[in-house]
Amino acid sequence: MTKRLNALAGLLASVGLTLLGLVIITFLIGRVMPIDPIIAAVGDNAPQEVVERARLEMGLDQPILMQFFHYVVQLLHGDLGRSILTKNPVISDIARYFPATLELATAAVIVAAIIGIPLGVWAAVRQGTWIDQTIRVVCLAGHSVPVFVLALISLLVFYAALGIAPGPGRQDIVFQDMVPHITGVLTIDSIIAGDWDALWDALAHMVQPVCILAYFSMAYITRMTRAFMLDALRGEYVITARAKGLSPFSVIWIHAFPNVGVQLVTVLALTYAGLLEGAVVTETVFSWPGLGQYLTVSLMNADMNPVMGATLLVGLVYVGLNLLADAVYRQLDPRVR
Amino acid sequence: MLNRRTFLASSAAASFFSYTGLSAAFADTPKDILVVAQQLDNMTSLDPHEGFEAVGSEISSNIYQKLVKANLDKPSEIDGDLAASWEANADGKTFTFKLKKDAKFASGSPVTAEDVAFSLQRPVIMNKSPAFIINQFGFTKDNVAERIKATDPHTLVIVTAEPTSSSFLLYCLSANVASVVEKKAVLEKAQGDDLGNGWLRQNSAGSGEWTLRAWKPSESVMLDANPHRQTKGNVKRIILRHIVDPSAQLLMLQKGDADVARNLTTEQLRVIKDDANYNLVRKGVASLMVISMNQKNPILAKPQVQQAIKWALDYQGIQKNVIPLTHVVHQSFLPEGFPGEIKDTPFQKDVAKAKALLAEAGHPDGFEIAMDHYSAQPYPDIAQTIQANLAEIGIKVKLLSAENRQVLTKMRARQHELILTAWGSDYFDPNTNSEQFCVNTDNSDDARNRTLAWRCSWQNKDFADRSEAALKERDPAKRIALYEQIQRDMMANSPFALMFQAVMTAACRKNVSGVRLGTLSDSHSYTGASKA
Repeated sequence: MTKRLNALAGLLASVGLTLLGLVIITFLIGRVMPIDPIIAAVGDNAPQEVVERARLEMGLDQPILMQFFHYVVQLLHGDLGRSILTKNPVISDIARYFPATLELATAAVIVAAIIGIPLGVWAAVRQGTWIDQTIRVVCLAGHSVPVFVLALISLLVFYAALGIAPGPGRQDIVFQDMVPHITGVLTIDSIIAGDWDALWDALAHMVQPVCILAYFSMAYITRMTRAFMLDALRGEYVITARAKGLSPFSVIWIHAFPNVGVQLVTVLALTYAGLLEGAVVTETVFSWPGLGQYLTVSLMNADMNPVMGATLLVGLVYVGLNLLADAVYRQLDPRVR
Repeated sequence: MLNRRTFLASSAAASFFSYTGLSAAFADTPKDILVVAQQLDNMTSLDPHEGFEAVGSEISSNIYQKLVKANLDKPSEIDGDLAASWEANADGKTFTFKLKKDAKFASGSPVTAEDVAFSLQRPVIMNKSPAFIINQFGFTKDNVAERIKATDPHTLVIVTAEPTSSSFLLYCLSANVASVVEKKAVLEKAQGDDLGNGWLRQNSAGSGEWTLRAWKPSESVMLDANPHRQTKGNVKRIILRHIVDPSAQLLMLQKGDADVARNLTTEQLRVIKDDANYNLVRKGVASLMVISMNQKNPILAKPQVQQAIKWALDYQGIQKNVIPLTHVVHQSFLPEGFPGEIKDTPFQKDVAKAKALLAEAGHPDGFEIAMDHYSAQPYPDIAQTIQANLAEIGIKVKLLSAENRQVLTKMRARQHELILTAWGSDYFDPNTNSEQFCVNTDNSDDARNRTLAWRCSWQNKDFADRSEAALKERDPAKRIALYEQIQRDMMANSPFALMFQAVMTAACRKNVSGVRLGTLSDSHSYTGASKA
């Protein structure tokens, strides 16, 4: 029991330290950036009195250490401050933007895993054949073609030329303001409201950005799966299994793959965390109001409260997914227990 | 027989075909809804007495009316909006406005002089960014209730601190900050002493043609027709959709998912400029591209160097090759479409003349200098052409590209040498730019009034006095003539190389009418918007 408590305390301390480190670095970046946040707050042309009053209200007249101290105290009270640009509490902004990213990232990682893992396994099993080479080229394209090119081509082909996919945005105008905002995840909100047309519309709008993001992530997952699988297939237990005359299916999926699964959990967790940071380019081309856009626009305006709030959230996501991966690890690999 | 393979194939096909069936839902937009694809980021508030950025101002100006409005076709004239008539006393300090009697707020309540008085007092008391436009007339939190008063339900009296040019006052009253809000509706929603600011940021209480139905930041703004509006277009709702990427805006316009695209660049405009399916509404807007030369640099402080730079630039070439559809050559500080505008363009590329001026300044072999510019297109392309132009006369320019706000921050700290930026006007009166380009009363680093002239450390008493005199001139025609002369004299004798004026385009599908652009963002209008 004491051992468990100690482990928990150690875990909390390491999470706390990670987050504190994140806050310090982000805060310092914000303060050394050569952009005056006042311009974002009151505009370039505001008279000097207004500028000075805003500087005072925002606490920017104080020494940097004091500013940091105030921020941390505020943070410990659960207050992420207000955004200069949107004038809303950062927490409510994040509550609006993050679900859009969550929806996209979750769908993308699921699609990427469902396609990427079997492809990786297949490439490993057929190592050196044309199948392996084809998968390698497909993955290489996924990694090397810029996302905005893929996104624009996708819009051009499926939306503009073929007319089989909806245009940019999360919803068609017909459904604007129709689904009550409960979780912010449009598909879930549509299900809660029982509005199946809205759900279908939301899903249709997700197809293109999800496929683009999934393609990018899939390329990584496939390559990693292939590498892990090649390693596993060289294992003595696989040779033994083959020598026993087991079917190829059984050798690959029952004997080799479970060992790869353990490593894949980490890959999937990191891929998912990366997607949850928000994919700025995809969000921009598809006008998807997600965390990536919010973070970028805030950063460009030196609006540091949202930047720090979003960075903390991303940090938490990473820590959370790492912990989750560790837990899954323990379930999959008896040696870690 | 259904095996695993055929089952998988048929389910894949089924999902594909059911997805294509959805395309019927992506047809043209409904007749009574106007869909506008536009970049809506950087919008902070739809309270007209607080918001001061372009997109927010444009939306507010479609929701609210003012006492007067500038005439879009004849900038030197001012029309009544809520005011039926107005007159100034002989002392030039007391102005009386008579209101039209038929104006109604969206709630159905009539617009009274009390609402107008409250609406002009409110920005002064709140003192947010745009308040200085009204505060120029001597109003303060303490005296504004006395100086702006309703004397009866249809009469409003404004008393200024100093004798004031009526045209200056009227132009300032045409700005968004003078928008009329419904006093009762706003005060009912007030929290503490915020005068309803928290509520009005995301709601509306106006008498303009449109009312705010919903605003989802970074997604959309929805405007519904004011049931009491007097203009009758067939559009009942406008949906402004936040579409960041101009290419995506063009695709939506072509597919009929958007009726209007607002942020197309030269690249996209080239595709549709000769296409009869689209109507391009174009207007020169109050955004001037200018190279400012910091006078802290002793070389740039020499008048001959300033002139040499102006004569070395290939204005026509840049316009024709880099920005043919988004800018026109403009070399004076009042944009076309403004009262007092002049269209003179005396400077053109003359390398020999520029070299001679440089030699006269004591730099026959040129010099090295840095130029900051925005990193967003078209600035990098223009900066590179400027670099090549100046290289022809021996000036070696080092280009420093940075994010818009970063460039402005550097300029406000007066740390630049040459800097290529855009300057937008604050309100529809010549003084807005005249003061910025001419006046710098205190050149110290902690000065209160940090005009463009201050940012370049440039002081010229003659121009400052003449700008002040023009501001106070009470005869409107003489006033305009004074500004025209200041601009002509300043072109050759200032550290500002004015180059281009931005031209905005609203690309509309051919069945759309009633979309109008103004010189300032608060005069872009959807009044009477219709779809055939």
